[in-house]
Amino acid sequence: MAKIGVFVCQCGNNISRTVDTADVAKDASEQSGVVFVEDYKFMCSAPGQEAFKKAIRDHDLDGCIVSACSPKMHEATFRNAAEAAGLNPFKVEIANIREQCSWVHNDKEIGTAKSKDLTHMMIQRVKYNRPLERYRMSMTKRALILGGGIAGIQAALDLANAGTPVTIVEKEPSLGGNMARLSETFPTLDCSQCILTPKMVEVQNHPLITIRAFAELEKLDGYIGNFKATIRQKAKSVIDKDCTGCGDCWEKCPFTVESEFDMNLIKRKVIYIPFPQAVPTVPVIDRANCPKFIKDKCGICADVCGPDCIDFTQEDEILEEEFGAVIVATGFELMPNVYKEYGGSSMPQHLIPKKMNKKQRAAQPRSTSGRLPDVINGLEFERLASASGPTGGEIRRPSDGKKPKTVVFIACVGSRDANKGVEYCSKICCMYTAKHTMLYNHSVHDGKAYVFYMDIRAGGKGYEEFINRAQDEGAEYIRGRVSALRKKGDKILVKGADTLQGCAVDIEADMVVLATAMVPQADAIDFAKTLGISYDKHGFYSEQHPKLMPVDSSTGGIYLAGACQGVKDVPETVAQASAAASKVMQLFSKEELMREPEVAIVDKDHCMNCWDCVTVCPYLAISPEEVKDRDGNVVKMVANVNPGLCQGCGLCNTVCRSKSIELQGYTDQQVYAQITAFEGAFV
Amino acid sequence: MSKGIIRHDFEPKIMGFVCKWCTYSGADLAGTSRMDYSPHVRMVRLPCSGRIDPQFVIKAFEQGADGVIISGCHPGDCHYNEGNYYARRRNLAFRNLMEFNGIDTKRLEFSWISAAEAIKFTQIIDKFTNQVRELGPNEGYRVLLDPYASRLVKSSEESAA
Ligand SMILES: Cc1cc2nc3c(=O)[nH]c(=O)nc-3n(C[C@H](O)[C@H](O)[C@H](O)COP(=O)(O)OP(=O)(O)OC[C@H]3O[C@@H](n4cnc5c(N)ncnc54)[C@H](O)[C@@H]3O)c2cc1C
Ligand code: SF4
Ligand code: SF4
Repeated sequence: MAKIGVFVCQCGNNISRTVDTADVAKDASEQSGVVFVEDYKFMCSAPGQEAFKKAIRDHDLDGCIVSACSPKMHEATFRNAAEAAGLNPFKVEIANIREQCSWVHNDKEIGTAKSKDLTHMMIQRVKYNRPLERYRMSMTKRALILGGGIAGIQAALDLANAGTPVTIVEKEPSLGGNMARLSETFPTLDCSQCILTPKMVEVQNHPLITIRAFAELEKLDGYIGNFKATIRQKAKSVIDKDCTGCGDCWEKCPFTVESEFDMNLIKRKVIYIPFPQAVPTVPVIDRANCPKFIKDKCGICADVCGPDCIDFTQEDEILEEEFGAVIVATGFELMPNVYKEYGGSSMPQHLIPKKMNKKQRAAQPRSTSGRLPDVINGLEFERLASASGPTGGEIRRPSDGKKPKTVVFIACVGSRDANKGVEYCSKICCMYTAKHTMLYNHSVHDGKAYVFYMDIRAGGKGYEEFINRAQDEGAEYIRGRVSALRKKGDKILVKGADTLQGCAVDIEADMVVLATAMVPQADAIDFAKTLGISYDKHGFYSEQHPKLMPVDSSTGGIYLAGACQGVKDVPETVAQASAAASKVMQLFSKEELMREPEVAIVDKDHCMNCWDCVTVCPYLAISPEEVKDRDGNVVKMVANVNPGLCQGCGLCNTVCRSKSIELQGYTDQQVYAQITAFEGAFV
Repeated sequence: MSKGIIRHDFEPKIMGFVCKWCTYSGADLAGTSRMDYSPHVRMVRLPCSGRIDPQFVIKAFEQGADGVIISGCHPGDCHYNEGNYYARRRNLAFRNLMEFNGIDTKRLEFSWISAAEAIKFTQIIDKFTNQVRELGPNEGYRVLLDPYASRLVKSSEESAA
């Protein structure tokens, strides 16, 4: 026989004004199994909770109902109090007679009747509440960071400085990401390399950080606290640990191809580091373009390498490592110039084959932006303006190296127009276009910069001022779109419109810079599937809650940082990276992982292995498990729930036809008990 | 503020099955905003509308409910990503079954109510209450017995013993 206590709260007079709490308590005392009732002014107050605990102890209660405010308010309060008094916290239920009764029904007779009914339902339910234990799980206190751009770098440093071991997996041979390509950064115009490379060096020297450059994540298994990552370390053809980064190999290498880092504006060697300040400084051989691998010729690098670390036979290495948390920081890329009217090629940049014969290569524009060689994108401009770039920081156009006297910048190329690209605003282009006009004016003093824009969006600290400064320094802003770019001699005729003046504008430009939309990495969606996280229709990774959980992904233990989650500039990226790192610290600050026990469990005797639950579970928490007899023979297969992955939605419980899987805390029994107690009495 | 609750000859009994993230929170918001609405509904709080088994609805009708409300997060807003899509499909299939059994499908209300939609919540409750009141008592189903549920849970009288 149950021993249930019912505690009716008056909530000052918030409840008692429209509900006769004494009557509700009296009525509850007449219900089967109820051995104690209390009608009290403030159940949640300290004396109220003491009374609650005392009643549990004195009457040896095995279930409690608190008829009070919403469970969102005080379910946890009373469950904790029960635990302190020696009652399993999951034997406490709340009947919501404030938010869903006294505050919404003014008629006392009716409110009292409904409160009685709600209390009855909970009394019936609690009889079927099983005592539940929170799950305790051990965890691996190491973090995996995917992507070594500024987001990954910042998160790694924050975590490592807090004492957490970190591994960064970066697919390129060096850390740095897109920020390493930038010349100077808005809104202060400090040099990007100068603020980034010290951080890269700090990462390299940090005893708690392992860098896996030129590596990729192949597979991620497990769940929060206990992930198992399969990492492919691509063959560098160079023995990491012996390499001193002296550079003899890449100096002597006789073969060159376009440099991805320099946006194909210049060539790099076939054995290379992407840029001089690369971290790590270990070069890699680009096997697709190395004659040693194509026709077994050359091998000069091996001859000149002092420490003998060139290894042409090296193979990809598959590593399996364990982590407790993952931060995804895989960044963005720029949308290719696919616009015929802007001289674009229809072939997206990442699809242009690396390996080409001479004729094919000659047919390719020097700039990958398109067929008009002097129409470039923002990152190409960054390289032209960068002191360490192909022109040493002098702005010269790609086709003939002349200093462009007139440059037209076109904002919002591909952004804010779902029909022509993406519907969102890429947010940073207004700012970097203003920056580009300044960099241009600082380099070519007699040059003229024009900007075609739709709107100026400069909502940030010091941002509006930055735009004003660009205009003061001579950039001419024209509100309107450009309809076409045409080749005219060695110039480009820009056919635009000025919508403020209401007239057409033709400008003969020496160079055109397109602020193309910021889009997710080409493989972002596939990568999301590897990780098991959700993404939006563009391929940006979705946060758990757009306002209150901006760095949590949809999967526990996986966090997001930087431009992979949405368009961002460096300050925002860094802020998000630090936030993600602090989430991981929070997770790792506990001894063990505690999980609420409201997860599904399987009745292995009755499961008939139809796998309906496996199919329906949104978190892939259920997998088939073997049941063996004493001799170790597999007698049958049953479903098995991983409590680390289960989020407690109960979808499996509903689909299981043999009723073999239950969501603890919301079992069929509990729900039916509630329904059975339903009377629906109006007064 | 008070609209003074009028007593009719017939007051319907209504059971609600709602998810805790959206609709239950929407109802809480109606409470904190002190909105008045019909007092007939008794809600069962579940993690997700995808946890709502059609048999719960049958059991509710059997228990004497004249109407049942099912509600959860809007499509795309499910806390568990996709639970409400299962609820939606189940609702469609279940309606066919109700029709087949000769129960007026107007006795089952299915809606999306977010945690912010307190006004929508009260409007749906009021509208549905009036609708069920007009339909009158749901006699047909009370004689049925769900053997599964009665195996799991004893009736109140039995468990008193
Ligand atoms: C033209 C231009 C100018 C800009 N100017 C400024 C400026 O002046 N000021 C400013 O604040 N911001 C500026 N920005 C924005 C700035 O570049 C970004 O905010 C910043 O680079 C985002 O950093 P991130 O680490 O998120 O991404 P990224 O820099 O893109 O880094 C992502 C890293 O992850 C790696 N990666 C990708 N996929 C994988 C994978 N599957 N596995 C392993 N590694 C992977 C990539 O190789 C890369 O190293 C500019 C952007 C552009 C395009
Ligand atoms: S749905 Fe039920 S019977 Fe089918 S595999 Fe899952 S637990 Fe077993
Ligand atoms: S309750 Fe939901 S998350 Fe947990 S195992 Fe069942 S379907 Fe998966």
